[in-house]
Amino acid sequence: MTATTQQQTGVTMTNVEAVRTTLHAALVRDDRVLVMGEDVGARGNVFLITKGFLEEFGPQRIIDTPLAEASIVGIAIGMAMEGLRPIAEIQFADFIYPAFNQIVGEAAKVRYRSNGDYTCPLVIRTPYGGGVRGALSHSVSIEALFYHVPGLTILAPSTPADIKGLLNAAIECPDPVLFLEHKKTYRSVKGEVPGGYYTIPIGKADVKKAGTQLSVVSYGYNLHQALDAANRLEGDGISVEVIDLRSIRPMDKGTILESVRKTRKLLIVHEDNKFGGIGAEISAMVAEEAFFELDAPIRRLAGPDVPAMGYALPLEEEFMTSTEEMVDAMRELARF
Amino acid sequence: MAKTTAARGRDLDRGGLSDEQLVAMLRNMLLQRQLDNRGFQLNRQGKIPFALGSEGHEAVQAGAAMAFERGRDVLAPYYRDLGLALGVGMSPFEILSSLFARQTDRSMGRQFPNHYTNHDLGVMSISSIIAGHCTHAVGVAAAFKYRGESGRAVLCTTGEGATSQGEWHESVNYAAVHGLPIVFLVQNNEWAISTPQDMQMKVANVADKAPGYGLPGVVCDGFSPIATYRVMHEALERAHAGGGPTIVEAKCYRFLSHSTDDDDRTYRSRDAIEERRKLDPVPRFEQALIEAGVIDEALAKRLKQDVLRETNEATDAAEAQPYPTAESLYTNVVAGDYKPWQD
Ligand SMILES: Cc1ncc(C[n+]2csc(CCOP(=O)(O)OP(=O)(O)O)c2C)c(N)n1
Repeated sequence: MTATTQQQTGVTMTNVEAVRTTLHAALVRDDRVLVMGEDVGARGNVFLITKGFLEEFGPQRIIDTPLAEASIVGIAIGMAMEGLRPIAEIQFADFIYPAFNQIVGEAAKVRYRSNGDYTCPLVIRTPYGGGVRGALSHSVSIEALFYHVPGLTILAPSTPADIKGLLNAAIECPDPVLFLEHKKTYRSVKGEVPGGYYTIPIGKADVKKAGTQLSVVSYGYNLHQALDAANRLEGDGISVEVIDLRSIRPMDKGTILESVRKTRKLLIVHEDNKFGGIGAEISAMVAEEAFFELDAPIRRLAGPDVPAMGYALPLEEEFMTSTEEMVDAMRELARF
Repeated sequence: MAKTTAARGRDLDRGGLSDEQLVAMLRNMLLQRQLDNRGFQLNRQGKIPFALGSEGHEAVQAGAAMAFERGRDVLAPYYRDLGLALGVGMSPFEILSSLFARQTDRSMGRQFPNHYTNHDLGVMSISSIIAGHCTHAVGVAAAFKYRGESGRAVLCTTGEGATSQGEWHESVNYAAVHGLPIVFLVQNNEWAISTPQDMQMKVANVADKAPGYGLPGVVCDGFSPIATYRVMHEALERAHAGGGPTIVEAKCYRFLSHSTDDDDRTYRSRDAIEERRKLDPVPRFEQALIEAGVIDEALAKRLKQDVLRETNEATDAAEAQPYPTAESLYTNVVAGDYKPWQD
């Protein structure tokens, strides 16, 4: 277990290993850090992220909570108000609704309502997203439900290196952070992770592929599909810039505008449904700030307006945007 | 100095409290009554938009505050805890600053009246969301236990209506499972706005729920500060010593409407209230202390004059303070400069 923590030089790992090793290092580094949630102890979390933590750090720091999400978050808020650095886990994002009150009504407002007399340095981690045959209640995206809320920070990194840097930043953050991990990327995405401790600034997007003819903004599993699509189009002489949002609240206006001003075209791709989604806010911002610099209407590819993806494969596939759909949309926009 | 037995006059079972402590409790109760009335007066005068009273809760809160260890314990209050706030060290000026929503209020006029915060005194910031704070109280108790800070405990208060909330249940359950240093004080005033207790729960006492969590549940006479002190002291001492949580239910009554926005004539009879007024804990405790020879009539009068003067001074001082500036709306959203869009 400990070997991973001491990693000082770059190694290649999956997203799930990045979450695991970063949490582990945080527990080693700072005894104010606690991990709490359902089945994070002996079972080591349902994705084995915390496997072995209980033996190494003990039940005072790796807490198998009762099955009650409102209090998982609420008790973590109290710990944070009292100076600890709890990392609360919601087993699947689909089960965060019972904690909605605690996140929106309480955590996001502790600093504000007390005018800084109390603060809430809390991290809530949760796996989200579909494409894993998770059906209605193991597949949802929740970011749009929360990104309306001032006082919250929402992060959704998609690569192992970004997960490490942003999870460290989340733990350092003096305010509540909702940390979203796309579960289809847990084992399917691998990448080089720098050694040693580092953070990535919250609110900074990352240009994952430079290009000149159109800009694509995405995050999560879609980001990796968008990169595939963009690489395919490279062969056809279409140059696509792919921006990984990474941070959903706050959002990086600077990077998006700089890219759009260069390519003059924007495609936004996210898995969460389109109506009222993250893409709506990005579109509005770009329309407000760079309307006259656009050569084509902004396009959005997003989940359909249905309550959730179904269990049957065709229902799931219909819900998820395919890489082919992205290729087509990029091609059309480039041609516009 | 502490007199542990009734030395003079009629017997008073003083719960181990000294004369000085008994007088402090009476003073707290008189001040509560005065400040409470002041809030309603100011509202009628059109000077403040809202007030919410704790009349009928004076004894519970004076007793519980006396059991609270200042500088060690933490209070996770609810919005009807004027007496507890005063009893753990908040000043009438702070209370009035909150009522007037002035700059001198710790939340800088953000919070509704009675939603105090005072980190230095261990008074936690709360929202108006019923029972939401109970989970935070448990988090603080968990932090005490985690850091091995024995001798510290959390006092978490609610009304009886709040015990219907899932978050109250989750809080009590978690605290029980982990044996945390916390006391859940339920101030049962029989009403949740217009909803009576028997529409809220099937059991006769909130404390009857305690065995379901594997916890001790104690009922006390919330019209007696000494009875409440005794039970709260024991419960907090148990928590301090690592003995785990207790549910304490103090039976009291809400003499006033729920708030200045409520009219209780629409759901309860005047007679019922008058019947309970006969047992009003404030004059009753004053009388008991006089009869026991702890105070005399002259001291009782002086205490009342004192709290009136204090209330008047605090009213004038708070009213004279400026409102928070409009620009302050934008501060303390998160640490540092807040912008949802980063340049
Ligand atoms: C979650 C939530 N629901 C409803 C309300 C509105 N409300 C405020 S006080 C109250 C009654 C609370 O009764 P109780 O817990 O018995 O305390 P009391 O006010 O009688 O002291 C209600 C329904 C609220 N503040 N929060």
